[in-house]
Amino acid sequence: MARKLLLENINVPGIHTFDVYRQNGGYRSVEKAIKSMTPDAIVEEVKTSGLRGRGGAGFPTGMKWSFLAKPEGRERYLVCNADESEPGTFKDRYLMTHIPHLLIEGMIVSSFALGAKTSYIYVRGEMMPQIRILERAIAEAKNAGFLGKNILGSGYDLELYVQPGGGAYICGEETALIESLEGKRGNPRIKPPFPAISGVWACPTVVNNVETIAAVVPIINDGGDEYAKVGNGRSTGTKLISASGNLKKPGVYEIELGLPVEEFIYSDEYCGGIANGKRLKAVVAGGSSVPILPANLILNTINGQPRLMSYESLSDGGFQSGSMLGSGGFIAFDEDQCIVRNTWNFSRFYHHESCGQCSPCREGTGWMEKVLHRLEYGHGKMSDIDLLVDVSKKIEGNTICPLGDAAAWPVASAIRHFRDEFEWHVTNPKEAMERNYGLAKYADPLPKLEEVVSEN
Amino acid sequence: MLSVTEHKEIEFSSELLIKFDEIVTRYPQGKQKSALLPVLHLVQAEYGWISPEAMDKVAAYLQIKPIEVYEVATFYTMFFLRPQGKYVLEVCRTGPCCLVGAEKIMTHIENTLGVKEGEVTADGMFSWRGVECLAACGMAPVLQIGPEYTFYEHLTEESVDKLIETLKNKI
Repeated sequence: MARKLLLENINVPGIHTFDVYRQNGGYRSVEKAIKSMTPDAIVEEVKTSGLRGRGGAGFPTGMKWSFLAKPEGRERYLVCNADESEPGTFKDRYLMTHIPHLLIEGMIVSSFALGAKTSYIYVRGEMMPQIRILERAIAEAKNAGFLGKNILGSGYDLELYVQPGGGAYICGEETALIESLEGKRGNPRIKPPFPAISGVWACPTVVNNVETIAAVVPIINDGGDEYAKVGNGRSTGTKLISASGNLKKPGVYEIELGLPVEEFIYSDEYCGGIANGKRLKAVVAGGSSVPILPANLILNTINGQPRLMSYESLSDGGFQSGSMLGSGGFIAFDEDQCIVRNTWNFSRFYHHESCGQCSPCREGTGWMEKVLHRLEYGHGKMSDIDLLVDVSKKIEGNTICPLGDAAAWPVASAIRHFRDEFEWHVTNPKEAMERNYGLAKYADPLPKLEEVVSEN
Repeated sequence: MLSVTEHKEIEFSSELLIKFDEIVTRYPQGKQKSALLPVLHLVQAEYGWISPEAMDKVAAYLQIKPIEVYEVATFYTMFFLRPQGKYVLEVCRTGPCCLVGAEKIMTHIENTLGVKEGEVTADGMFSWRGVECLAACGMAPVLQIGPEYTFYEHLTEESVDKLIETLKNKI
């Protein structure tokens, strides 16, 4: 069995309660941090661990923390991003549901490290059951002296609150989340200033994903060095992967970064292969925003190396032949799935979720949805395919926040790798309404690199 | 959009106001506007939707302009701007759920309830709509029902029938 740092005790009965969590070693990191470490030492430990943001961007957490401005007499805030909304991602829901105290524990240590006296967990509004779970856990922790005034007699005070969102994907973007926490529409802010200088109520603020905050607990317990020994290269530690789609055993898995993709999909310890004896056609490896890859390119890189579940390996080959680890939302498509239909579905999502602030995204996502709809429903023209690429390029990089890129990439990558399936929808509109294109050559072994190079 | 239905004058109950008061204490002095989303959730849980009158009342309570409430209530998709059925079935319609049959489930709900997306059944009991990703892709297909936002996972046509029957017989 692979090493688990976050979900080791997930199956202990009653682990969602304070007492059981505590009996199983919970809140040790709070004692260690508050009694024997300075805030700066904690930040250094997180830097040493190599922990990278688990929400999708993969930015080094320790570095993000060290950017936090600390002007005299100004409050600083830690806000946990639990607005989990990226299609394919449901790890934070799982963690908050089953082991809420791990998040609370991480929040206390991280708040202490950053000098925050009030911290918020911003949870997407639809997760009302998880909000109730967290509020109960906070009350238990407070009752035991781990929150509130003078924590463990140290003189450090911390209040922790849960804030519900209202059903807006955009609020997962940190400045939109801050706007939402201030009671406004979730329109992302222009950066700079970055939240580390001016965040919630214009105070220095750090926004971290649920899993990132949870990972601080083993880092403090065992040391940053120990954490960095787990994983592969610059992808240190473990990662929660949300596996969905046509898999035998979908669910949340904690993996050691560097696990081969093939093992993750096919071994019984993880997803157990493709459901119903079907064959794998494609994978979106890091949540709907990252480029979709055909089966052959997700299992191996263009150089013929086995593809690994790590930041580096998944992005090997750039966007030409690679993708991204993103938030770890791993969506598998079997041979009966239609890539055009799924691309249309995703583009409808981004159109729906665009905040409307920047015209390339507001207009472009709508056009992509419309054009993909007509391709899927048999009214497409051959020129539509290049039109989609053109629109996606005009959105990418031209918006305040990354939602524009997130909307453009799935469309551009689907056409890059599945262009013949799009063309087939144009040339065979009636047939495309009745059956799917199938597996085609998408699982065929990759051509040797020399051939690829000579073709170009 | 905000004036489609007639409303009665409303008065928030003292129980509701106590909850509002507690929420406001979570933020620094003068930042009570931050309470807007949690307060709107409580209003919707109480009335089933958020009327313009309720928005005005919330604005007065939080000492902000009514427009500040309108723009937020219309931005976030969880807030209903018109009356709904007693139970609103919100079915996830995004990619991963569709890979395992969410579209069939929505068609089945439409046929079973006999109303189109967004409409309310004649007895006022049900409405339904497709919503974007609910972050439960591993348990797909899924639906949720407010105001508790109870989750129903691994939906089949049979489990949906059973759910609707159970809700019909609930007092």
